[in-house]
Amino acid sequence: MTGKSQALPAYDPKPKTGGAADFFVTRLEAMVSWGRKNSLWPFPFATACCGIEFMSVAAPHYDIARFGSEVMRFSPRQADLLIVAGTVTDKMAPVLRKIYDQMPEPKWVISMGVCASSGGFYRAYHVSQGIDEIIPVDVYVPGCPPTPEELIYAIMQLQEKIASGEKSRDSRSAKLAAERVS
Amino acid sequence: MTVAAEPTLSPASERLRGRLATSALSGRFEVVDRDLPTIEVGPEAWPALARFLRDDPECRFDLFLDLCGVDNLRRRSQKSRFEAVVHLHSLPRNEHVRVRVLLPDEKKPALPSVTDVYPAANWFEREAFDLYGFDFPGHPNLHRILCHDAFVGHALRKDYAPGQRWFFAEEDMRMPQWAREEVEADHFETQTISIGPSHPATHGIIHLVARLDGEKIIRAETMIGYLHRCFEKMSETHYWNQIIPYTDRLNYVSSMINGVGYVRTAEKMLGVEIPDRGQLVRTILSEFTRIMDHCVCIGANLVDIGALTNFTYLYQNRENIYDLLEACCGARLTVSYVRVGGLAIDVPDDFAPRCRSLLESIPPFLRDVEKLVNNNRIVRNRLQGTGIVTREQAIGWGMTGPMLRASGVAYDVRRSRPYDFYDRFDWDIPISNDGDNLARYLVRMEEMRQSLKIIRQALDMLPAKGPVNSDDWRVVLPPKDAVYHDMESLIYHFKLIMEGIRVPAGERYEWIEGANGELGFYAVSDGRGGPYRLKVRPPCFPNLAAFEQIVVGGTVSDAVATLGTLNVIAGELDR
Repeated sequence: MTGKSQALPAYDPKPKTGGAADFFVTRLEAMVSWGRKNSLWPFPFATACCGIEFMSVAAPHYDIARFGSEVMRFSPRQADLLIVAGTVTDKMAPVLRKIYDQMPEPKWVISMGVCASSGGFYRAYHVSQGIDEIIPVDVYVPGCPPTPEELIYAIMQLQEKIASGEKSRDSRSAKLAAERVS
Repeated sequence: MTVAAEPTLSPASERLRGRLATSALSGRFEVVDRDLPTIEVGPEAWPALARFLRDDPECRFDLFLDLCGVDNLRRRSQKSRFEAVVHLHSLPRNEHVRVRVLLPDEKKPALPSVTDVYPAANWFEREAFDLYGFDFPGHPNLHRILCHDAFVGHALRKDYAPGQRWFFAEEDMRMPQWAREEVEADHFETQTISIGPSHPATHGIIHLVARLDGEKIIRAETMIGYLHRCFEKMSETHYWNQIIPYTDRLNYVSSMINGVGYVRTAEKMLGVEIPDRGQLVRTILSEFTRIMDHCVCIGANLVDIGALTNFTYLYQNRENIYDLLEACCGARLTVSYVRVGGLAIDVPDDFAPRCRSLLESIPPFLRDVEKLVNNNRIVRNRLQGTGIVTREQAIGWGMTGPMLRASGVAYDVRRSRPYDFYDRFDWDIPISNDGDNLARYLVRMEEMRQSLKIIRQALDMLPAKGPVNSDDWRVVLPPKDAVYHDMESLIYHFKLIMEGIRVPAGERYEWIEGANGELGFYAVSDGRGGPYRLKVRPPCFPNLAAFEQIVVGGTVSDAVATLGTLNVIAGELDR
């Protein structure tokens, strides 16, 4: 409706209906988590097939940018969301742990696909039976591979978790995991 | 299986035996007929035999395809517990041959390395060392390749438990000897760096250790195995049909082709013929999958060198093809659509119109990419003249597929040994003589067009109605309706589900043209419900083995561009 020729209404500093228009009151934490949840910077730890589906989520058709998390960072130091997409083998496990440790707090982890969540149908001599052997996980996404919709839903779940002010990880499980690795 | 050579051999085997008899090896080998002419030999005669097979003008088996171990612990009728099975191809004569090296020493199985005859043998020998514990005297770098360095035992031996894991920590990681040694600095910028295993340009997980002199790579070594998911061990613990989902996850960018290659092996062993309609549906979807694979390869490669837009164009093709696959089988990526003896279910009614609309929608995206890329100065500078592989190198390193064709060898399995209907289609093999990264890009672009051409012809041949599955109920599940109403069908259904397909004892190597080269499956059956041994010949394994030699002398940025055109898929590489 608003064409190019139509001017925007002029800014009126005076409140129209008695309430406050120029400021609102909130808690700092709520505002910070609102900012965090809408600007997650993912580190795509794409190891296998799920990485290809992750590419679908990032591509224009599904467009992860609608959820504010399209800024892929390939350096863990610049990311706050670790998306583990694919099978993690025993050979890869120390690498994953190192990358997780290099991420600054606060940080969250999405385990994408059954291989990352539980080892999937690779009950075998060289495959980690779930990345929670190594690092704490916030959201598990089932599927082999999960559809892009499922991953987007996982990101939305994580956004809710962040908005609710829940801590990014259970310190107890992190300690246990660190002990197991070291 | 009989061990003595049958008195009547096939003409190919007879010719081979006659030729070998003229060599210095006479009396030290045996030629038997299997699905391929098979030479049985002891380990001490193997290097001489390899040299003869490569150099003899009547043999000229110049392409080293595969080397794998077999453990006959549970097949005691065999001549020896361990054997190394080698497959070779002759490009001039268009023939495959199998060499079976029998290893008599059960405690310390060993055979001489043939890396000086066939450079491609390097990684295959390391793999056999890792998974079977074969020793290869004379090998330049005999270390574990797939399993991690703290691994104990040899995973594919029959007495190794499939689920036995070993703890691996960061300090156990082996760096190459040369990278650990202090090299006297002849330049202040000489340093050793690791690219990967988690790096955006490594497409999956590959680890390149490179020694740099400024920007130039002076020495490199690739380390793999970060996605070793034990496909071969898993397939020994499952039934024939249960392995199909695992094959999808080998080359997950073109999963349909893997499935087709695998079930063809089982079908040939069983002697099952599938109806034309089933074959054509497989062909059509395989070619669409090939387009998908090339789209990702080219798109990701261009992203690595800074051209982001093309990826979004090419990926849209993938999304459109996903819709077709989803309509056929319900899955987008890992389709599991084939079955031994046919397909899981028939295609939807609107299959042909959907395919035809894809034939219309794909070329505009390809045109857009070509407009953006082909004469782009940056792309040209990055791809032209970098990562050069000459014809001789490509053959020596055992490359196949677009890599080999971009180096000037017109070897395509669809043409050299046409399977399904490929001999009835009119299509061309695009080749280039440059052997650089740009050549590989151009070959792949043209291959997509040829695939569209094949699909168009296949759609014209596709019968509108008819079965897609064989009606051999010992192999294919009877229709659900019959299972509910007919006792005999119910019994077949029960037997197939509970006991699996009984594939006759024997062995078979079947090969098709995968998206990035010759995809071979070597299966050994002992007559039970699942394979006794299943070896994949992954096309990108020899390609990546050569990577550490291609990049030497170039810059790091060239290495990134080259890795993209090699089209390495970790699932297939590490299995």
